[in-house]
Amino acid sequence: MAMAQSPFDLAPQGENAFARITHNVARVAEVSKPPRGWYIAFGIALSLLSVFGVSIGWLFWQGIGIFGNMNPVFWAMPIVNFVFWVGIGHAGTLISAILYLLRQNWRTAINRFAEAMTIFAVICAGIFPGLHVGRPWLPYWMFPLPNQMSMWPQFRSPLEWDVFAVGTYFTVSTLFWYMGMIPDFGTFRDRSTTKVRKMVYGLLAMGWRGSSRQWHRYERAYLILAALATPLVLSVHSVVSFDFATAQLPGWHATIFPPYFVAGAIFGGFAMVVTLAVPARQFFGLKRIITVGHLELMAKIILATGMMVGYAYSMEFFIAWYGGNDYEMFTFFNRALGPYAWSYWCMIFCNVVSPQVFWSKKMRTNPWVILGVGVLVNIGMWFERFVIVITSLSRDFLPSSWGYYKPTFWDFSLLAGSFGLFFTLFLLFCRYLPMVAMAEVKAFHPSAHGHGDEHH
Amino acid sequence: MNPFTFPRWANKTRQLAGVVIGVAPVYLTALVWYGFSPKTTDAGYQPKQPVAYSHALHAGQLGIDCRYCHNTVDRAAHAASPPTETCMNCHARVRKDSELLAPIRQSAETGAPVQWAKVHDLPDYVYFNHSAHVTRGVGCVSCHGRVDRMAEVAQLESLSMGWCLDCHRNPAPHLRPPAEATNMSWQAPSPTFGAEFKKANNINPPEDCSACHR
Repeated sequence: MAMAQSPFDLAPQGENAFARITHNVARVAEVSKPPRGWYIAFGIALSLLSVFGVSIGWLFWQGIGIFGNMNPVFWAMPIVNFVFWVGIGHAGTLISAILYLLRQNWRTAINRFAEAMTIFAVICAGIFPGLHVGRPWLPYWMFPLPNQMSMWPQFRSPLEWDVFAVGTYFTVSTLFWYMGMIPDFGTFRDRSTTKVRKMVYGLLAMGWRGSSRQWHRYERAYLILAALATPLVLSVHSVVSFDFATAQLPGWHATIFPPYFVAGAIFGGFAMVVTLAVPARQFFGLKRIITVGHLELMAKIILATGMMVGYAYSMEFFIAWYGGNDYEMFTFFNRALGPYAWSYWCMIFCNVVSPQVFWSKKMRTNPWVILGVGVLVNIGMWFERFVIVITSLSRDFLPSSWGYYKPTFWDFSLLAGSFGLFFTLFLLFCRYLPMVAMAEVKAFHPSAHGHGDEHH
Repeated sequence: MNPFTFPRWANKTRQLAGVVIGVAPVYLTALVWYGFSPKTTDAGYQPKQPVAYSHALHAGQLGIDCRYCHNTVDRAAHAASPPTETCMNCHARVRKDSELLAPIRQSAETGAPVQWAKVHDLPDYVYFNHSAHVTRGVGCVSCHGRVDRMAEVAQLESLSMGWCLDCHRNPAPHLRPPAEATNMSWQAPSPTFGAEFKKANNINPPEDCSACHR
């Protein structure tokens, strides 16, 4: 079979464990041709990206009337997609900051591309608020810039807090991601065989020499960034949840929202990490670095956060009953039994039922089962936002204003297109940037701790 | 083998980058602040009029009241540009053979109006009402400047939304008795006149969106 000739099927070369790690990771960016799977995936991603471009172009030309948004569902798919993508973007910083501070050394195998995933997801998320503002050529009005109108954004609105929360998160995540790559860029530069690669990776490495002073400062900076990023992991999705929780609408007006949203974001984020990690380790021969053990740990986190999300779902029902508010009670009956019950039960199946397979060790050590659950959880988390936004808005206090929202073709094409953008960026990252934090993996390799032999 | 990718002078780019990172934001901010400001882009607009009509001569030297020509200003939202007949009231006799007045005579003969160029042009989504301002004590000069000294009228103010709001938030310095609205050289009798007039006449300019954007 032609696939068998792929250089990624061969064992990595090198005199010792460190050299083999370098070779294993660096060859992804160094081989003249990536595996065929990469080309197929990249082709699909580019097609979807062009769907995104056409959809945005049509939106600019035609206006937001192309969305299915209607009275009373004024917030619809753009907000659902925004919250979905921001949620995905939570695992990266959790892995790189919180797990770092908690000394969870296994994170080193997956942190780099979880961070990349975070950044690309936040880029996708950031596009949707800009698209749905009505005049999508004026998204900079969301920022408090001095202007000839003497107008400022509404600082009392959680939507404005979102701008700062997501903006800060994107900035810190990008800094964290880039700074972490500097030693690996140095490796790439030193292994470069062509002038262009040497120059490009050399520029990105910013003069990294690997001296002990540089390492000392690097470690300090990494610690500071980790400390800065840690509160952000919790704050960003809390602020996103305020978009709903500060409103009076039944089903939105709940104090459980911030922790519920953060747990859901970590849940969805880890699901996306495994969705990307399983094919990536397969295509690029990284199974020795991203091991089944790593996948199993992530499956455990998915199981744990999935249970938290399930707890939040049931607690919403409990409070609706315990609070004794007719409107609140109706909203939750309506979610489970009303016209959108299909989306509610789809969410319950994907988010609460499907992760339960991870109680079995056999299941949580099978990469393809993990991939399947990861995909289901991604679908479920999208439906969670759909359920929250659509069911609450479509049937609120006044039965005479009830309606049934149906997304249009363009709502779906924008969602599909955002996946195109996400996967295009991710596949380019896989091909050209160090996908695994080589330096960090080596730091926690057994042979880095004076044991000498590599057979731990 | 040379272990260095870049030549020695590349180190200089670090200092250079520091300077650029320090200076560029300041430069860009200043550029946008002044360059994109309506004070720069809009104030000073002085279109060429089809007739060499001098406000300095008519309103300044001859002392014709603004409302003689712009006769709807205190009764309607729009301050009308005068029809040719208004010109001909005098120019049927005064300087009736002047070369400069040829387009006016032509207009009077054919009935085709003179295509005056609009100087102070607000966006179409703004509903400005002249009468609401003039009859409540905002003089012409506050927005249009000393038109009685302009041979050819130019826009002096930015007419930006922020400029409107400056006055709506603090109208007192711009208030005068409505009878003096067209008096270009009126001076407040006391520094507290505006505030007293505002209070006495209960003048509270709206600041909500729908005041102007209906």
